[in-house]
Amino acid sequence: MKTLIKEFTRGIIKENPTFVLVLGLCPTLAVSVTVANGIGMGIAATFVLLGSSVIVSLIKDLIPDRIRIPCYIVIIATFVTIAEMSMKAYSPVLDRALGIYVPLIVVNCIVLGRAEAFACNNSMSRSFFDGLGMGLGFTLALILISAIREFLGSGQLLGHTLVKGFEPIFVFGMPSGALLVIGLLLGFFNFLKNRKT
Amino acid sequence: MRNNLIVSGSPHIHKKASVSRIMWTVVLSTIPAGIAGVIIFGWDALWIILAATIAAVSTEWVFELITRRKVTILDGSAVITGILLAYNLPSGVPLWLPVAGAIFSIIVGKAVFGGLGQNIFNPALVGRVFLMASWPKYMTAFPKPFSYDAVTSATPLALLKEGKLVEHISYWNLFLGNRGGCIGEVCILALLIGAAILLIKGYITWHIPITYIFTTALLTYIFGAKQFFHGDWLFHILSGGLILGAFFMATDYVATPLTPKGQVIFGVGCGLITVVIRLWGGYPEGVSYAILMMNAATPFIDRYTRNRIYGT
Repeated sequence: MKTLIKEFTRGIIKENPTFVLVLGLCPTLAVSVTVANGIGMGIAATFVLLGSSVIVSLIKDLIPDRIRIPCYIVIIATFVTIAEMSMKAYSPVLDRALGIYVPLIVVNCIVLGRAEAFACNNSMSRSFFDGLGMGLGFTLALILISAIREFLGSGQLLGHTLVKGFEPIFVFGMPSGALLVIGLLLGFFNFLKNRKT
Repeated sequence: MRNNLIVSGSPHIHKKASVSRIMWTVVLSTIPAGIAGVIIFGWDALWIILAATIAAVSTEWVFELITRRKVTILDGSAVITGILLAYNLPSGVPLWLPVAGAIFSIIVGKAVFGGLGQNIFNPALVGRVFLMASWPKYMTAFPKPFSYDAVTSATPLALLKEGKLVEHISYWNLFLGNRGGCIGEVCILALLIGAAILLIKGYITWHIPITYIFTTALLTYIFGAKQFFHGDWLFHILSGGLILGAFFMATDYVATPLTPKGQVIFGVGCGLITVVIRLWGGYPEGVSYAILMMNAATPFIDRYTRNRIYGT
């Protein structure tokens, strides 16, 4: 049980996919304009990560080593299709906002990375908690980045205006703002880490 | 007696110039342009210069306290960043704008890279481009010279871009600064006085400014008009921020090449990008983007123009 909790918490801070492993930057840069987009992307990616990690760990002994990557991609694509279709059916607004980045979860390097680095060597229960922790870490990172960008770039948070008379800083709503925020946060977390040691 | 014998590596020649001495001389050399800006645009210009300078210095102080670095606010570099940022703003902006720009300049343009000597871009220009991208409506409203109220007028380059430059502004007016523009860029006469101080003192060399201005003049002469070789090159030198940029911002010690050969390449590159933006780009003025882009290219220029070490 203790190891399972460790697998779960590792992805959130110690091996956070965005700020420590620096994986999956493409969707992070693209969809982090508003918090709603960030949460939607995070949940979709977590669902795919969870499903693919479990299935990969279950059939890891059946897959021949040489064609394992195509097999992983097929499994991941299945879950991405489920996520995309559900999003289209139940939340068309979010689907329109995220656009191409939902299908692109197939090639998200966090998902493939966990399948290749963790799920193919570990039991189903450990892979489940690893996927859940990584997904949650990715979601939290997205929420943090998109909250900063939405607040500074439009003066709002989840669509609600927080401070009256605040002149939004347009640059944070633009792609350059995404690179800026991610770079500064990465630097800040590294600074904290160096300080500790 | 024994303590007087210090064994150290070369160079052994000692000069009085130090970082803070150079920096304070640069501050001194920017003062004429500031006075001209205040005369042309009124007291608003002075408040903006003061706000940007105070914000830049205090941001550097607070950041160095938090990160427990050595406090270097007395070396004058933050003062220059603040002054140059203010010189790149129209005089009608609200006072929080230079403050926001100065904070961004110091933190993102300089401190996160490790302070003075480590920054890859000119901090003042980083702040200006940030303000330009964030609050364009303030950054493109230029108060009319000598009117001292809220009347705005377009800059000569903006008029040229929109094809509305009907009445010709005399070169003499452009030279003295009787035109719409940023606080520190309009009065060419005052800028040249400051530049002369720096050149005579030897704190900047001619390589970057002269090649920059010459390239801009040559290319605008060739391509500036519908017919080749009919461009109004003098107009392009005297309008916009070219003189301010060439002498005070493209000559930043940290973010420009070290060798004379590299500096010539840097100046020519700046001129090329400026002309491309002015004549064919979306913005009326391209000096700040040109200098920033060449700042980014500086490590490559330095690598390929390195002096051969004697004997290798």
